Amino acid sequence: MQKNNKPSILKSLRLGAIVLLVMVVLAYGFEITQVDLTELRSETRINSLVRVTRALARPELIEYDQQEEIINAPIHVPCPVGGGQVKGEVPNTQQPYLVLTPSCGNPGDTIQVEGYNFSPNTEGPLRFIPGNDPGNTVSLGRDIVETDQTGHFIANLVLPDRLSDDNQYIRATLRRNVGSPHLTQTAKDTWDKIVETVFLALLATIAGTIFAVPLSFLAARNLMKPVRNSVTNIALTVIGWPVGMAIGYLAVQFVSNVTAPIAANLAVIIASVVVTPFIVVYGVRWALPERDIRTPPLWLRLVRGVVMILVVLASIFGLLQLAALVANIGNALSGVLGPFAFLGNFLFQISEILRVLTPALGALAAGGALGSFFGGIGQRSSERLPVTTVKILNLLLMSVAGALVLGLLGALVEWLYQIDRPLYTLWIPMAVGGGLGLFLAITTKARDTLPTGMVIYTITRTLLNGLRSIEALVMAIVFVIAVGIGPFAGVLALGLHTIVSLGKLYSEQVESIMPGPLEAIEATGANRLQTIIYGVVPQIVPPYISYTMYRWDINVRMSTIIGFVGGGGIGFLLQQNINLLNYRAASAQMLAIAVVVASMDYISSMLRERYV
Amino acid sequence: MLQIKNLTKVYEGGVQALTDVSFEVPEGQFLAVIGLSGSGKSTLLRCINRLVDPTSGQILWNGEDITAATPDEMRRIRRRIGMVFQHFNLVHRSKVITNVLAGRLGYTNPAWSLMNRFPKEDVDKAIQQLERVGIADKAENRADELSGGQQQRVGIARALMQDPQMILADEPVASLDPVLAHSIMKHLEEINKTDKVTVLCSLHFLDLVHRYADRVIALNEGRVVFEGSPKEIDDKKFKDIYGRDAERVG
Repeated sequence: MQKNNKPSILKSLRLGAIVLLVMVVLAYGFEITQVDLTELRSETRINSLVRVTRALARPELIEYDQQEEIINAPIHVPCPVGGGQVKGEVPNTQQPYLVLTPSCGNPGDTIQVEGYNFSPNTEGPLRFIPGNDPGNTVSLGRDIVETDQTGHFIANLVLPDRLSDDNQYIRATLRRNVGSPHLTQTAKDTWDKIVETVFLALLATIAGTIFAVPLSFLAARNLMKPVRNSVTNIALTVIGWPVGMAIGYLAVQFVSNVTAPIAANLAVIIASVVVTPFIVVYGVRWALPERDIRTPPLWLRLVRGVVMILVVLASIFGLLQLAALVANIGNALSGVLGPFAFLGNFLFQISEILRVLTPALGALAAGGALGSFFGGIGQRSSERLPVTTVKILNLLLMSVAGALVLGLLGALVEWLYQIDRPLYTLWIPMAVGGGLGLFLAITTKARDTLPTGMVIYTITRTLLNGLRSIEALVMAIVFVIAVGIGPFAGVLALGLHTIVSLGKLYSEQVESIMPGPLEAIEATGANRLQTIIYGVVPQIVPPYISYTMYRWDINVRMSTIIGFVGGGGIGFLLQQNINLLNYRAASAQMLAIAVVVASMDYISSMLRERYV
Repeated sequence: MLQIKNLTKVYEGGVQALTDVSFEVPEGQFLAVIGLSGSGKSTLLRCINRLVDPTSGQILWNGEDITAATPDEMRRIRRRIGMVFQHFNLVHRSKVITNVLAGRLGYTNPAWSLMNRFPKEDVDKAIQQLERVGIADKAENRADELSGGQQQRVGIARALMQDPQMILADEPVASLDPVLAHSIMKHLEEINKTDKVTVLCSLHFLDLVHRYADRVIALNEGRVVFEGSPKEIDDKKFKDIYGRDAERVG
């Protein structure tokens, strides 16, 4: 074995160089980050730090009602020219009173102030009131005095430089707590906002989870890798989706327009909400038999297809009617429920969500249906038709599909940048797309299959990784612009961030499942979707729950600061109080955040232990 | 009748798993496939239901060309071929009954089965199959609560749910002790004899082969090195199959 026989002088030189380099890097780091420890020692900094730290240590949560005893005693600065005592009322010795010795003096003199008959064990400031007005709110000095058991105090006061021939006053304001302690306004506001924070995090997590689950399947390599489709199938699917989506959207518009007149009547609404589900259920029952032992004849399949379309139209109508009904109920409820009016509002918002979602759902459903229908036709024709015919079909359909996709992308660009020159945003992209499609169709054999699964996988992964790198705080800024300042913007921002990060985490779980059960389910003749539902889903439920909890945890923490940019939650209050230098209130909010985060941590770990 | 003609499989990366394999299996036969680990037994069985796509060659089953089947046709073929695995391949967190019902997925309408709904007759059938393999009382247990032998019985019940005409058993007893191995093999034998189901079973132990198989195919490095009755395997044949240094035990 040859030992490392470099001369040791070189080695030490190298070590020296490394140490030097590290020092230089550190020095530059100090320069860049403006490390300044002398600043830390400066008097003013330390004073502020002490003040802030003490304020933070006393969160403004509980206070007492206070009773004040305010007593003024006249004083002359300087002493009157003639000498003698100051004119003034003789203090009533039954009441609290002040005795000043002497009762006049020059600025800078120290006088002794004694108080009698005050409430015992109270405390408050002793002040100099300039000008001849006992009610004057302007005051100088802030010496704190404290009474003993008998209600007596004694203190020294340095007279300020306020000269006047008139009476001026020394005022003792002694305060004492009365009644039982109660929560401050700050505490109440903090409570309101912390509830908002927790629910903000909850909604964001729920919404995120709903969307992240399907995305995670698309971003899982082991599920997507085997998905391959023939060229004809791909072309027809690509054409089918946008066409179907357009049809679906128009169908929803059509249904809602046609039914608008009858939908106004409450009785009709109720009737249709009751009747439609039956139509849908029985329609589906008939059109989709539970078992398919053998392939039904073509005419039956066509009739079933028509019935399914009618069922879809009926369910769109039912959804719209349900939205109307829910809105009515919600409105009615919020009028009568009093403190539970939020339930009514919730129903109303649900109806709004339904109303907004119905066109999107219709478009997606029709797009998916037409896409897979066309795709099926494509698959079958590429299997059955002679090779030459398939090749010609591929050339034709691929160029149409390519033109369609790039044309739509061009339309999107047009909409975003308002270029307003159809040559560049429509015709050229369509030509390029058609060319690309044609090229693809030429270079592949007629019956070749392409790895569509991996393409979808790559796109989804890229999208997830890209969006994940944008902080939720930045997203919140965008959503604040979109929907206005408030917790809703926070929900959207956190929700979006939750979708992408959970999507990624989930998909990694899908990739690590045991392949055996999948193989077994596939071997029974189950299709792809069935394999996923029966082979994949049971395996990923525990990690999914675990990650969702973890994400809720993160969302609670995130939602505490998302208010800094206007995203609602407690962050808004915290930032406000910090800016107002109201550190005791800020401290209350920090405390609330700490308590909530810690208890979330505890609850989620407990739930995870129990159910996973 | 299952006909395998010149079947060859080369995996991505160049591993030659099967080379020019040809044989026939008459309807209702109990065929044992033997050979060393890595000799291509699993690949051969998986080519028959196309869990693995063969590189070349042809598989005909009752005249139907499995190798040329479209994905849709393949699903319909697969649902008549039950499969039993060495590691049982049950979904651990699902109930036993759900695992058994999964065998019916090829027959149910996808839209309904997605919502975990099976026709009543299928559920009854699942209970019957569990009774047949003797573990009907475990129907509501989670699959991973069962012992190895019980899990393999669930695997068999799942295959039976398919009303199979053929069962591919990939070393079904390799993870079980000898007593359990016999009980599992007896189930397969019973299915083979009563239901006239063709069984292709890869095995490691020659005593099991002698006891249960009608005929034997032996593979060595992806080639068929022996084909015939179990009784014909003498010491010379044994060394051909398992290599010169192998010794017979048991």
